[in-house]
Amino acid sequence: MLHIENLRAEVDGKEILKGLSLVVPAGEVHAIMGPNGAGKSTLSYVLTGRAGYEVTGGTASLDGEDLLALDPNERAAKGVFLSFQYPLEIPGVPALTFIRTAMNAQRRARGEAEITAPAFLKLAREQAAALKIDFEMLKRALNVGFSGGEKKRMEIFQMALLAPRFLILDETDSGLDIDALKIVSDGVNAMRGPDRGMLVITHYQRLLDYIKPDKVHVLAGGRIVATGGPDLALELERDGYDKYARAA
Amino acid sequence: MTLSAALKSGDVTLLPGKRDEDWKWTDLRGLLRVLPGAAPARDLTGLTAGPFDALAEQCHILAPGQDSLTLEVPAGGKLSLALRILSSDGGAHRAQVTIHVGAGAKLRLLESYEGDASPYVTHTALTLILEAGAAVERIVLAEDGAEGVNVSQAQVTLAPGADYGQTVVTHGARRQRIETEVTHPGAGARLRLDGLYLLADKRHADLTTLVRHQGLDGTTDQLTKGVVRHQSRGIFQGRIVVEEGADRTEARMAHNGLILSDRAEIDAKPELLIFADDVQCAHGNTIGALDEEALFYMRQRGLPEADARALLIEAFVGTVADRIGFDAAREMVRAWAADRLRT
Repeated sequence: MLHIENLRAEVDGKEILKGLSLVVPAGEVHAIMGPNGAGKSTLSYVLTGRAGYEVTGGTASLDGEDLLALDPNERAAKGVFLSFQYPLEIPGVPALTFIRTAMNAQRRARGEAEITAPAFLKLAREQAAALKIDFEMLKRALNVGFSGGEKKRMEIFQMALLAPRFLILDETDSGLDIDALKIVSDGVNAMRGPDRGMLVITHYQRLLDYIKPDKVHVLAGGRIVATGGPDLALELERDGYDKYARAA
Repeated sequence: MTLSAALKSGDVTLLPGKRDEDWKWTDLRGLLRVLPGAAPARDLTGLTAGPFDALAEQCHILAPGQDSLTLEVPAGGKLSLALRILSSDGGAHRAQVTIHVGAGAKLRLLESYEGDASPYVTHTALTLILEAGAAVERIVLAEDGAEGVNVSQAQVTLAPGADYGQTVVTHGARRQRIETEVTHPGAGARLRLDGLYLLADKRHADLTTLVRHQGLDGTTDQLTKGVVRHQSRGIFQGRIVVEEGADRTEARMAHNGLILSDRAEIDAKPELLIFADDVQCAHGNTIGALDEEALFYMRQRGLPEADARALLIEAFVGTVADRIGFDAAREMVRAWAADRLRT
């Protein structure tokens, strides 16, 4: 599914990713943990094509297709979804309007028929109920005036509706209380499946109690410096990142 | 120094220009070295319908050869009026309109400025008098030609309990100024004064307003938004004066501009001059570019860049259209704006 090889990237001329390699097969959930400044968010932005993140070497592909050559919206249409650490506010655009516009743009890009308004509303109602989102909130401008927890829930809601093939969750647990964390995690877990891959980026082990990873990678100094099973996350929680930060 | 006086006498030195503080950004003196002669009287046979004709009960046209209109809406009456001011043939045209709205009467004034591609110079003076409890909604759609010079100056006088709402929508001209001056008695009278400029190429639009609160308990709510592209230039000058004794005035003024290219420009001067003690007044002014982070977010969800930009800009200007009370006019303005933003 996702193949990253020797990826190098810089921001403002400063190299942040220094030869990162990673493979996430379809059906698996991989966690990326690491100290602040290790390059976790940079990795998510490089994979999604944000301006200002310049790739200077290496490759990243999804099912054999070069991601780095595509525009951000083309990557989205291929099924790459990033749940933002800090979701943006979109003033004046109701959440439902935004998501339907995005969904139809993706469908058009893939040569599929657009979703009808009734079909979309039915889908939206079902997912809103599952994520305990008040349907009235979806008529308001996306994320404008929403709390941190509500914004994260909206990310998962969008993810559920857009049904991407590859999910990147960037610090999805930040700003969530335990109840919200449970709802969000249930939403993410509901999306696990044999054809879908996930990359869960987190600083703390807590999220991984709810979203159980198949593998855990340690990112430090712009590279993956260790890989293990779920136990690795527990070890990091206990011993901290010192050992790896030094190794990097 | 007025355009009207200059046009009447043919004396360019009477044109307002850089040295007049209120005209420093819309310099007519520097622009017009000679004034055109009066435009030939226009033959109106075969004239196509104006943008508001279908929404109004009555339609009046002011064109070269047809210079003035005086109208009265009797007390308690109701009228929906389309007013078309036509400019053409590279000539000068001065129009004068006086409308008296009787006590408790209701008027929808749907005003359009329609210019051809010639370098015309047009001045319109509009006087609107609202008696007690009268309600007026004025929608102005300015569709001047790229070479036209157009100045519209409205004097609005409100009586106690009157309700006046205005939305000016424009895509500019070679030089264009749409000015509104409101005398506000307080006394429960309500004023909404909105504007929207969507400019491209080398067009220029100047929305200037002056509100004088002269008595207790008046409200003013003002929202102007603008989008400038290419080498266009938008100007907003808003002044609210709360005179001595006009206590318990509530006045809000907001101007938000969006600059979409390096060579486009917005100049804004929002002013609150308060000489009363107990008032609630606020003004806000923002000028910026589209939020690049929001654009990336939208693209990450699958929207192509052009669609993401259009959605953000339409949402930005949509809040001005939202405040129009007359449904059909609101939809028309929305469609007009969407059209402007796509071309």
